[in-house]
Amino acid sequence: MFYGTQLNSRLMLGTAQYPSPQVLREAIAASGAEVITVSLRREGSAGDAFREILRQSGCRILPNTAGCHSVREAVTTAQMARELFGTNWIKLEVIGHADTLQPDPFALVEAARILTEEGFDVFPYTTEDLIVGERLIEAGCRVLMPWGAPIGSGQGLRHREALRSMRAHFPDVPLVIDAGIGAPSQAMAAMEMGFDAVLLNTAVAKALDPVAMARAFGAAVAAGRAAHDAGLMPCRDMATASTPLFGMAELA
Amino acid sequence: MRIDLNGAPVETRARTLHDLIEEQGFAATAVATALDGSFIPRTARAAAALTEGARVEVLSPMQGG
Repeated sequence: MFYGTQLNSRLMLGTAQYPSPQVLREAIAASGAEVITVSLRREGSAGDAFREILRQSGCRILPNTAGCHSVREAVTTAQMARELFGTNWIKLEVIGHADTLQPDPFALVEAARILTEEGFDVFPYTTEDLIVGERLIEAGCRVLMPWGAPIGSGQGLRHREALRSMRAHFPDVPLVIDAGIGAPSQAMAAMEMGFDAVLLNTAVAKALDPVAMARAFGAAVAAGRAAHDAGLMPCRDMATASTPLFGMAELA
Repeated sequence: MRIDLNGAPVETRARTLHDLIEEQGFAATAVATALDGSFIPRTARAAAALTEGARVEVLSPMQGG
């Protein structure tokens, strides 16, 4: 599914912004996520405790290049992450705009090419643009991660029809909705549309009760996937009676 | 010699990245390093010479989305 790795849970969870390390630990467990995202920052005092949480979680680590605005920054960060976490997986973010945190597609493709040549398994944070997606595939990416909405905005699937086109355009490429999800219903909708997974952080971390919200998201993602697999009925413009008319009494 | 360590000026006697990591008390296997914007693998730190004004980054795992 993702570079040869099969996962039971299709929810990937970010580890930032939780009220406490204990809540983070419990939220990871409650979500059922098997992949968690982490970052690299200047060595601080809380490093040891966080490393311990990562170890205890038993999750696969997906390091990110969050905050990088250039190819060089992103590539160097990815190289440092690979050594530190011992994984070829990298969530590649190259940010192009400070307010929207929209990816810079040109730098993204260039960085993806460099990293795949160096043996990385790149998970590129991209938009729903089909041509950018194709360029990323050409660059060696085997997964695409289109945004639902700007990071941390909680707006859900802002360009739903474009995402639907993207799903149809890349039927065999694992697609992960990354960023912008605010509610379990939005994550569930993405899964019903046939996306392979959902990656989110703020919606859980900033909930009143992050552990309960993590559980809610885990259930929503599983339900959405099950619904997709079951095959949704087609939409209709007009009503069609579900109760048969045959055998109805004449009472008028 | 004066270098820049994680954005702050530092006076050091270390001549290599390996010595700097030791001198500054970092856990060598728990951090990743870059010198002047380029990644320096753990095994290459001893050969990475520091020069006046070198920019060193020492990073560790942190929360991220």
